[in-house]
Amino acid sequence: MKVLVPVKRVIDYNVKVRVQTDGSGVDLANVKMSMNPFDEIAVEEAIRLREAGKAEEVIAVSIGVPKAQQILRAALAVGADRAILIHAADDPHVDIEPLAVAKLLKAVVDEEQPGLVLMGKQAIDNDMNATGQMLAALLGYPQATFSSELNVEGNEAIAVREVDGGLQVIKMQLPGIVTVDLRMNEPRYPSLPSIQKAKRKPFETRTPEDYGVDISNRLEIIKTVEPPTRKAGEILPTVGDLVDKLQNEAEVI
Amino acid sequence: MAVLLLAELNGSELALDLTAKTLTAAKELGEVTVLCASESCTEAAEQASRLEGVSRVIKIENPTFGNGLAEPLADLIVSLSEDYDHLVGPASTYAQNILPRAAALLDCMMISDISGIISEDTFERPIYAGNAIQIVKSSDSKKVITVRTAAYQAAEEGNSAPIDEMSHDIANNTSEWVEDRVASSDRPELTSAGIVVSGGRGVGSVEDFELISKLADKLGAAVGASRAAVDSGYAPNDWQVGQTGKVVAPNLYVAVGISGAIQHLAGMKDSKIIVAINKDEDAPIFQVADYGVVADLFQAVPELIKKLDEIQ
Repeated sequence: MKVLVPVKRVIDYNVKVRVQTDGSGVDLANVKMSMNPFDEIAVEEAIRLREAGKAEEVIAVSIGVPKAQQILRAALAVGADRAILIHAADDPHVDIEPLAVAKLLKAVVDEEQPGLVLMGKQAIDNDMNATGQMLAALLGYPQATFSSELNVEGNEAIAVREVDGGLQVIKMQLPGIVTVDLRMNEPRYPSLPSIQKAKRKPFETRTPEDYGVDISNRLEIIKTVEPPTRKAGEILPTVGDLVDKLQNEAEVI
Repeated sequence: MAVLLLAELNGSELALDLTAKTLTAAKELGEVTVLCASESCTEAAEQASRLEGVSRVIKIENPTFGNGLAEPLADLIVSLSEDYDHLVGPASTYAQNILPRAAALLDCMMISDISGIISEDTFERPIYAGNAIQIVKSSDSKKVITVRTAAYQAAEEGNSAPIDEMSHDIANNTSEWVEDRVASSDRPELTSAGIVVSGGRGVGSVEDFELISKLADKLGAAVGASRAAVDSGYAPNDWQVGQTGKVVAPNLYVAVGISGAIQHLAGMKDSKIIVAINKDEDAPIFQVADYGVVADLFQAVPELIKKLDEIQ
């Protein structure tokens, strides 16, 4: 079985995001970019499946600007076998929407026929939480979203999903789509020799036109603004003062 | 404009607060039909029909829809979608699992987690964990939307909308429900509680987290946790408040031993009153707190519980 892992290049999760004053978007100049953290977990899980003998090949795919090859190299360095970059934009401010991404991924799935697509539950830039569900829909595959545990046995997968009230366990037929939540695993760091080795792994670059997919956006971004900020309040000397304020000023208890 | 609102169901039970808050947003878009689909949902449908602003409830009882599996529910929504301009649900794990799947089947883009409605096709939504707000205008024929419920008040009860029972035979051969592992609790639900008490890494252990629970029970509050506390194993993940957990906006949010990482603030900064108890006076949580106490939580929290005892 092949496992396909879509990965996205986003602003590193440790970077404080700055909104541009003209409302045009967020500032990406000289900002550290990394692999979406949820996707890192998906890559790790795919490699573990291969190491456990449940998958033969792990293919990483990214859709975006040419520099997205950096995160594909990172996926190769931790153990993915080959990589596909779909060059879909030149301007890093252009965010290819989940629907268009799902259409491109469907074309890759049609070509590669993986038994499983493992991907992050959402990208930490647009926070849309949609691509996995959309890909599953377009393929007519079952889906296990927000999964924190995955067991693959033959052509079935059992996933433990993190839902609002606790956990839900579901079983699905493969091929299928699994989107991963934070607690599925802890991604490994690449070793120096594996980084060297990654440079020789197969790396293919394609375009949306190669797949015959229209990637035009459906949402027009009117503007991007700063969120309203809260003011710091007062520091109270004692717990007694706190109770007094909550009772008599804020009137919340 | 006609709106189909996917009611959030836990088995046969209506998640009233989430559904009522989503309704408040949906009402701005047009006439609202609520869809209740589960194995049995007679009571849930009746409850939904009492919400102000609902013009009709569609009730569909079928075991296929009983566990919230996305495959049959997305197909169901698509089969009903012709009569509607907007398909709406709460931004919960229930609806967020289903609606993007339905959107793709309709060749429409998903618009997740909206916090405001500018017009019937233009919406406000947080991106980058709430560190920026984006205004987007959709050119799709149908708008498929999930709503950030913390941004809306719950619609009131007092209505009696008609309930239409329909049947739908949608097969699902690809996925099946195995079990729910839901912790039962007498405490209020985190996303709808009026008061939330959360603990962070500073609490130090799963045993000491009892202190947070004790304070929460004293206030009739839900218990939350920062990601750091969850990662350290002090609290279960479904208590997590933040970018990677739940977004809450209670009347009172008490952050205990929480430093206030951006990722946590993203989940609670819309609370009405924020209280922070932390021994580090430079902790960023104090920059968003209305009231702060710089103190060791192991002294301050028991004292707070005692003071609350005295006034009750």
